[in-house]
Amino acid sequence: MSEPSKPQGRKFQLPEHLKVYQNVWVIVEQERGIVHSVSLELLGEARKLADKLGVEVGAVVLGAESPDLNRICGDAIGYGADIVYKVTDPALADYRTDPYCRVMTEVVNTHKPEIVLLGATTLGRDLAGAIATTLATGLTADCTELDIYADNRSLAATRPTFGGTLLCTIQTLAYRPQMATVRPRVMAMPDRDDARTGRVVEIRPVLREEDIVTKVLNFIADREQNEAQLAFADIIVSAGKGLGKVENMKLVFDLARVLGAEVGVTRPLVQAGWATNDRQVGQTGKTVRPKLYIAAGISGAIQHRVGMEKSDLILAINTDPNATIFDFAHLGLVGDALKILPALTDAFGRRLSVNRMAG
Amino acid sequence: MHIVVCIKQVPDSAQIRIHPVTNTIMRQGVPAIINPFDLFSLEEALRLKDRVGARVTVLTMGPPMAETSLRKALSLGADDAVLLTDRKFAGSDTLATSYALTSAIRKLAEEEPVDIVFCGKQTVDGDTAQVGPGIATRLGFEQLTYITKIEDLDTASNEIVVQRRSEGGVQVLKTKLPCMITMLEGTNTIRFGKMDDLFRAARYELKTWSRDFTGAEEGRVGLKGSPTVVSKVFVPKPRAEKAKMIQADTDTPDAQAAAAIDAIFGAQPKLADDLLARAAAGL
Repeated sequence: MSEPSKPQGRKFQLPEHLKVYQNVWVIVEQERGIVHSVSLELLGEARKLADKLGVEVGAVVLGAESPDLNRICGDAIGYGADIVYKVTDPALADYRTDPYCRVMTEVVNTHKPEIVLLGATTLGRDLAGAIATTLATGLTADCTELDIYADNRSLAATRPTFGGTLLCTIQTLAYRPQMATVRPRVMAMPDRDDARTGRVVEIRPVLREEDIVTKVLNFIADREQNEAQLAFADIIVSAGKGLGKVENMKLVFDLARVLGAEVGVTRPLVQAGWATNDRQVGQTGKTVRPKLYIAAGISGAIQHRVGMEKSDLILAINTDPNATIFDFAHLGLVGDALKILPALTDAFGRRLSVNRMAG
Repeated sequence: MHIVVCIKQVPDSAQIRIHPVTNTIMRQGVPAIINPFDLFSLEEALRLKDRVGARVTVLTMGPPMAETSLRKALSLGADDAVLLTDRKFAGSDTLATSYALTSAIRKLAEEEPVDIVFCGKQTVDGDTAQVGPGIATRLGFEQLTYITKIEDLDTASNEIVVQRRSEGGVQVLKTKLPCMITMLEGTNTIRFGKMDDLFRAARYELKTWSRDFTGAEEGRVGLKGSPTVVSKVFVPKPRAEKAKMIQADTDTPDAQAAAAIDAIFGAQPKLADDLLARAAAGL
């Protein structure tokens, strides 16, 4: 991405023929009948943008025909869509770039949305990068805020850059659609409204399996017990370099067990081999939004901060009263995490087990 | 087999500072490195070279000083290096960048057809993950992102089997060359260069290509060829208030823990109810 500079010879006005582009779309990510939560979060965000623009929300659901897919179309309406474009073909059963890109390019060119949003997941980023190229339009990755500029109805997509040290607002002024990806858990999950109604447009693209070079041989599902599910955790206990040595990770896992929490870490711990990268929170790791985030021995570097600062409640434990983390945590405790973590484990354990006996 | 590895020279983001008055990035004194994500792709390309034999060409677009990163890649074992540099490229966004790099890859393919293009998963400065897919789409190559393992490469049938990370698990994909691959981080460790390669890298005469030379159209690169416009750059707003510091009656860990739990449950009464309900249910 470029740094801001004086534009020369660039078009900033939307050409007349692109003014027919209308509505805000979300490409709903589903794999094997399960919708990724980020798609529902985006439907909530699309609803807000569409209401500002006075247009409709479209949800694109791609896959093979199945009862699950019909349920997902219903969910899309419940979470904010007015129109669901249900695109079905057996070749779309599993995600593959080529058929998904071909189909989406055609659907966008036919129905002409002004904004297209996708989750910044492995699927969303893979697909967005491809279709922004076929459509020759602007795409902004990993947005943390989306808004509409009232004067020209354009999308203002704000994202962190240079490792989160700066934020920049990016616009696509003279091209359509305007595309953006958003990481899971950055936007709030909307409430489902069962009373909402919408219409479903059935699209059956012409795809021939023999024209698709890439074949899916197998799918190895993550076993939940092995893979950390940080993005969906209500409570996360995270460790930083302040823990001193790898043996002390046990203290973090002990507290997490009592709380039914997940364990997160900062990037240096992954690099040191103390934890696997599925536990990394931050700029190059996961963005989390738990109800409670306990940060033990974490200084609060910006790269970590951008991944967790939207947590409902952050408790920071650090020996250094001047640690940066106290600038944005909600609760601070100056002290030795190595002593406080076991004390917390005991105290939480006692409070929760007392209640269990009483209840 | 001809493999092209696209790399980018980036400022070491851990050492970036923002000018307190002008809010701009202070590049002075910030060391430049090969984008860390690119190293996983470079290593995988070099492993394929070891396995089946291949010519590995590294390609970068950037200012003349990006030469440093190309020489580094050569010292690690790459055979050739191309520096795509032209002031006309300045200000290119991802669409214009993938266009420019594609024009250079096409030029390379005139000498020897390209079978695999490797790109980094994303860069640490831009973080977009868009240039790789852009190149694959333009070249009409099969697009294989977030690859965790190359299981098999059959040079006779041109078939490749890879494992790809997806949200709920790992996809095992079989496809044909040519393809564009981005490797997931942590899937390999970049090698140490050999002494021979180090000397070769120092002596190597870099290929320096301009926009004109690759045939890239002027209107499709640089700011002119970039649909996105950066309308505002700013420093994140610090939170208005600092953390409320928890004070315990005594400095013992037990007292501090008790005070912390009171503070947590005081701020989030609903969390206390949830936890107690879970505990009561024996979870």
